[in-house]
Amino acid sequence: MSSAVVASQREPPELVHARRPLTLTVWRWELRKLVSQKRTYLGFGLAMIFPLIFVVVQSLRHHHDHGENIFESQITQSGLATPVLMLLFLSVFMLPLIASLVAGDIVAAEDGNGTLKTILTRSVDRGQVFAAKVLAAVTYATAAVFLSAAVATGAGVAAWGFKHIVTYSGTVVSAQEGLLLVFAANACYLIPLLTVVALGVLLSAATRNSTASVVGTVGFTILLFVVAQIPGLEGIHPYLLTNQYESWHGLLRTPTDWAPVWHSLWVCALYAVPSLIAAYLVFLRRDVAGG
Amino acid sequence: MDGSRTTTREHSSGAPPPVRARGLVKRYREVLAVDHVDLDVRTGDVYGFLGPNGAGKTTTLRMALGLITPTAGTVELFGRDPMREGARALEGVAGFVEAPRFYPYLTARKNLELLAALDGGQARGRIDEVLNLVELSERARHRVGGYSHGMRQRLGIAAALLRRPRLLILDEPATGLDPAGMRDMRILIRRLAGEGITVLLSSHQLPEVQELCDRVAIVDRGRVVYEGALTDLRRQGGAGYRLRSTDDERALEVLRAQAGIEHAATGEHGLRFQAEERDVGALSLALARAEVGILALTPELATLEDLFFRLTESDGGASGASLGPNGLFGDAPMADGRTSPAAGADGRGVHA
Repeated sequence: MSSAVVASQREPPELVHARRPLTLTVWRWELRKLVSQKRTYLGFGLAMIFPLIFVVVQSLRHHHDHGENIFESQITQSGLATPVLMLLFLSVFMLPLIASLVAGDIVAAEDGNGTLKTILTRSVDRGQVFAAKVLAAVTYATAAVFLSAAVATGAGVAAWGFKHIVTYSGTVVSAQEGLLLVFAANACYLIPLLTVVALGVLLSAATRNSTASVVGTVGFTILLFVVAQIPGLEGIHPYLLTNQYESWHGLLRTPTDWAPVWHSLWVCALYAVPSLIAAYLVFLRRDVAGG
Repeated sequence: MDGSRTTTREHSSGAPPPVRARGLVKRYREVLAVDHVDLDVRTGDVYGFLGPNGAGKTTTLRMALGLITPTAGTVELFGRDPMREGARALEGVAGFVEAPRFYPYLTARKNLELLAALDGGQARGRIDEVLNLVELSERARHRVGGYSHGMRQRLGIAAALLRRPRLLILDEPATGLDPAGMRDMRILIRRLAGEGITVLLSSHQLPEVQELCDRVAIVDRGRVVYEGALTDLRRQGGAGYRLRSTDDERALEVLRAQAGIEHAATGEHGLRFQAEERDVGALSLALARAEVGILALTPELATLEDLFFRLTESDGGASGASLGPNGLFGDAPMADGRTSPAAGADGRGVHA
């Protein structure tokens, strides 16, 4: 060692006890990271563009068929039919895809970029980082659903007015109550969608590959749709995640049919809870050897 | 640095050492990446961690920082095990392994704000100070994605210093830097060491280690083949001498006939040989008796580079690598009196 170092050697600096950050702080930074990435806006863009296209196309049509769904026949009669129909259409593929874009990437991207080691050598525990990432993915999926609903509602109301609407049970509800039901239906749809998020986080933690995680998550939901088409397997339909996408229909009946909502809750828990526990254990025990 | 002085200080204070690894093993299926590594980094050390690519240096550092789980053995930082205590064990510890990584879509300042937040927020007020220290203040509002490798290395140092570390772990900090950047990095490390920060420095830059470090561990194929004071290593690596005389031919005959003189040969600028100091005195008398005049008799310490290659370019351990006439590690205890784990069973030679 150079003598210069020895000559100027001092006592070691005092230990500065770092405070452990709150998990909410870590979550806020996860959101700030999301806000700074283009991919985030790609998902939000997809969530917004479809309702707009829908309203423009319907506005240009002169004849409106009375479809199978009661809300199809009300497209031009009440702007509140638009968010219900959009939820019906987007819930099958587009919203799960948008949720997967972030959930499948949120751990794997850090692995790929080598930033996991950067944050795991600070004063934050792995459990906190994991919780913050799950919360961020949940926040993003929730924001995407309500953004889509808000755009659909705004565009629908702008095109066809804020009017009463007829529900699945044929009951006429006021515009205000209809708006509340639209909000409730979207909130109810979050149950299966957040399960998709949990699956995405699991794949993200396990595969350490963003593309594989996103494709894997979406692929899994498509696989469940395919399974639902196989004759003879009708018995398992109530337990397929994809069948829970329509549980919110129960809220658009009078009186409210809570059975599909409760069913959806426990079926989704069967998918989500083991996925999150597995993801947590993988994240906790993994070797951070990349980057 | 005087290792015994540091030890006394540690013993008197009773404080656990900054880094203490015992029997550290990491196995990836058939590959034994780290093989029973023992390390002792003491307070105030600038400790060089040397080894060829794939020797297990980075894996060892990752285990020290709790990033990967050892297959066997323990590592403690200031007496705390990162695998058991998580982030708590990293109090007072900072650094990076391999290249420091940041979020490319955030500015340098935002990256440091994020890291300060993950440290509890107290360090936020020091961001300007550390940016200034690594001369990145003017580029602090630029996205890291546009940074050069050298700038990222400097940002890595800034991120580490945010934590006010007592132990700084740096893995190849000068890699990819231009000569001026390497010089600046050396100056910075020397300055930090001067402030009492213990530095564990993994490096390929042997002149850098020779200039900065007082103690070293040399690893090869996952095993420590030397741990101890750098000066001891160089001294034992072969106390070589160079002799210029009035009659080199006659002098060579005397050298070869003299007890305790080994490896005598004609070199580019006179004769070279290896011997213990006491035998050199006898040699000078013998030369005088043979009427050979001594023009210059100069001791030559082996360079770290010489020693490094002698230690790490052996055949893999079957025969062992000997550094000097006595076989360096045969009876060379570590600085704390333990025998190097790399010492052969017969007490001679180094088994990598």
